[in-house]
Amino acid sequence: MTGVLLAAEGAAASSGAADFSNDTWWIVLIKAVGIIVFLLLSVLMAIWFERKVVGRMQIRPGPNVHGPFGLFQAMADAMKLLFKEDIMVSTAHRLVYVVAPIISVFCSLLVFAVIPIGPAVTMFGVTTPLQLTDFPVAVLYILAAAALGVYGIVLGGWSSGTTYPLLGAVRSTAQVISYELGMGLSLVSVFILAGSMSTSEIVSSQTQIWWFLPLLPAFVLYIISMVGETNRLPFDLPEAEGELVSGYMTEYSSMKFAWFFLAEYINMLNVSAVATTLFLGGWRAPWPLSAIGDGVLNTGWWPALWFLVKLWALMFFFVWVRGTLVRFRYDQFMKFGWKVLIPVGLAWVVAVTAVQGVRQFVDVDLTTLLWVLAGIAAVATAATFLIPEKQPEPEPAPADEPFDAFAGGYPVPPLPGQTLPPSPRKARLRAQGEPTATLEAAPSIPTEEEPRG
Amino acid sequence: MTTMLHAGSVLAGIAEAGRTTTGEEVLFWILAPVMVLAALGLIFARRTVYAALSVILVMVSLAVLYVAQEAPFLGIVQVIVYTGAVMMLFLFVLMLVGVDVADTFADTLGAHRWVAALFGIGLGAVLISVVLRAADIAPQGLTAANEGGNPSGVARIIFGDYVITLQVVGILLITAAVGAIVLTHKERLVAKVGQRERADARIAAGEVLTPLPAPGVYARSNAMDVPALGPDGRPLEHSVSRVLRIRGQQRSVAEVHAHLDPGTGTGSTPPERTITGEEQVR
Repeated sequence: MTGVLLAAEGAAASSGAADFSNDTWWIVLIKAVGIIVFLLLSVLMAIWFERKVVGRMQIRPGPNVHGPFGLFQAMADAMKLLFKEDIMVSTAHRLVYVVAPIISVFCSLLVFAVIPIGPAVTMFGVTTPLQLTDFPVAVLYILAAAALGVYGIVLGGWSSGTTYPLLGAVRSTAQVISYELGMGLSLVSVFILAGSMSTSEIVSSQTQIWWFLPLLPAFVLYIISMVGETNRLPFDLPEAEGELVSGYMTEYSSMKFAWFFLAEYINMLNVSAVATTLFLGGWRAPWPLSAIGDGVLNTGWWPALWFLVKLWALMFFFVWVRGTLVRFRYDQFMKFGWKVLIPVGLAWVVAVTAVQGVRQFVDVDLTTLLWVLAGIAAVATAATFLIPEKQPEPEPAPADEPFDAFAGGYPVPPLPGQTLPPSPRKARLRAQGEPTATLEAAPSIPTEEEPRG
Repeated sequence: MTTMLHAGSVLAGIAEAGRTTTGEEVLFWILAPVMVLAALGLIFARRTVYAALSVILVMVSLAVLYVAQEAPFLGIVQVIVYTGAVMMLFLFVLMLVGVDVADTFADTLGAHRWVAALFGIGLGAVLISVVLRAADIAPQGLTAANEGGNPSGVARIIFGDYVITLQVVGILLITAAVGAIVLTHKERLVAKVGQRERADARIAAGEVLTPLPAPGVYARSNAMDVPALGPDGRPLEHSVSRVLRIRGQQRSVAEVHAHLDPGTGTGSTPPERTITGEEQVR
């Protein structure tokens, strides 16, 4: 497997980026408008898709009233949002309050400009790549757009002027900054192997093998951090409704809320598209299909189909995760980001760099290198067996101890071999000569003042 | 005199090599006023958060100009590092601490002003000298500068020509980071109290383990000042908020129970006592 990967990597740097030299201004305009229309329609689709899939996972039909299969439900929801009353909170900082959702949507729309949806196609007699633009640092541009998008959330939370949104905003800042590091580290190994940060070159570097296989740890890191980055379950702490009502969106209503909602779903599409492009071969046809007719399915308009299939497979993964997992506690979440994701990401980048460095500077045979790597992996695996397992604490012998009904502060039943002490109430009742069964008095009410909840 | 001469030669050099396209000029004349206004906003904004927002606007505009000058790597990294991380942390602190208008103009240390002025003049001198020294450099043009790709060119300069400087800056940054950790480190004097320890303490204290019952829900008085009824029909006093109980604003069940208004026969029971001090009392 690694052999194929290394061969592929050699070919990567030479085969070039997408060629935009034939583009006229109206081609660019068509592509730009096309991307926006695609994103908006996809969001409508995604809302319906999510509700339907989550519904099936929870054994209920999901939306099924409006239109065939309930397809127009999202439309109805959007219309409802548009016609709702637009409330301006009196504590809000007006300008920032209005601008924040716009920042969110604007930044989320930026990302798809550099996503290659397909190879060169002929559009109205002009041969042009199915991608708006590309440049040497396209993937960094995606990270930059994501970083700016957070300002929408932060400013929205702050400008509302109330507590829950502020807490949600602060959480989301910490969350996105932490998980962006993990995400960046997972992308670095792709840059190293592909030899480029341009999206079209990364796709063309995956002709032999898709990077998710050789870079499996990086792929897993990316998948985890992309869920954290989009504030989705199990990482939806900025809008945890059990604790923060709705987080940074609490004070937003009508169209302004709709902007945030739109941005969140576009961001899901964005990170899925990035995962597709960087790890899952971009628009390339999956293996058995790519062999048909000498790769005919990798030309023309076909690749757009493969791209969409991969994109929606990842969207399904998002919904699946949402339907399966529960929310993290905030400290667990941060601990996971800083103490697990980032160290693993760093170690992986160092490992990939070391292998690449050895290949570049030492004239070592590929087979030898692979054997050495396999040997290291085997030794490491063997070493893990030598680590002594955590010994469970020895059980105290229960036999001759007297039974303590409140051992360790908890009311506990007797263990086998232990007997209950004689009941004081029974003795009391017998002394009074009353029948054993009486109605209990009203449940005891604690007299102490206690904090509620 | 020599300064003037230098400046003149810089301008001449720029005029020789600089051929800005119309698009770039339009971009510049749109962004430049925005940047100047935002920079003034940094100085004159009454609110600290607005000052921070002005800085962000300047940074993003600057990044766009970098990209327009065919330095995409610099522009993008500017946005990721400064706008995305550094200013975000600034904003984070400003929002949390809530720096107020009153704090902004408070000058607690008089010496600060002079030291700041000194450093400001020093920075100005350094910047001017860099610009003047640029006169000796023959402009090569952007195509030559970006030969072999923009990121690779930047990498070659940083990790080739200036590798020692990079190492020194790296050591400095690591020292600063370690210093920050050491300064903020706190020796843990007591055992950490986590979710488990809190639960144990609750059990040991013998408190009510379940959530307290919600206050009364009646058909005619769905109010938080009326206690709930237990399964035996007795009122549960502790279901009413502690605040209302201490204030004496609690109503007994008898007050709301089977109280039919003979006139209308419907409607909720008005409170006996005033709660906020404004509403009418029967």
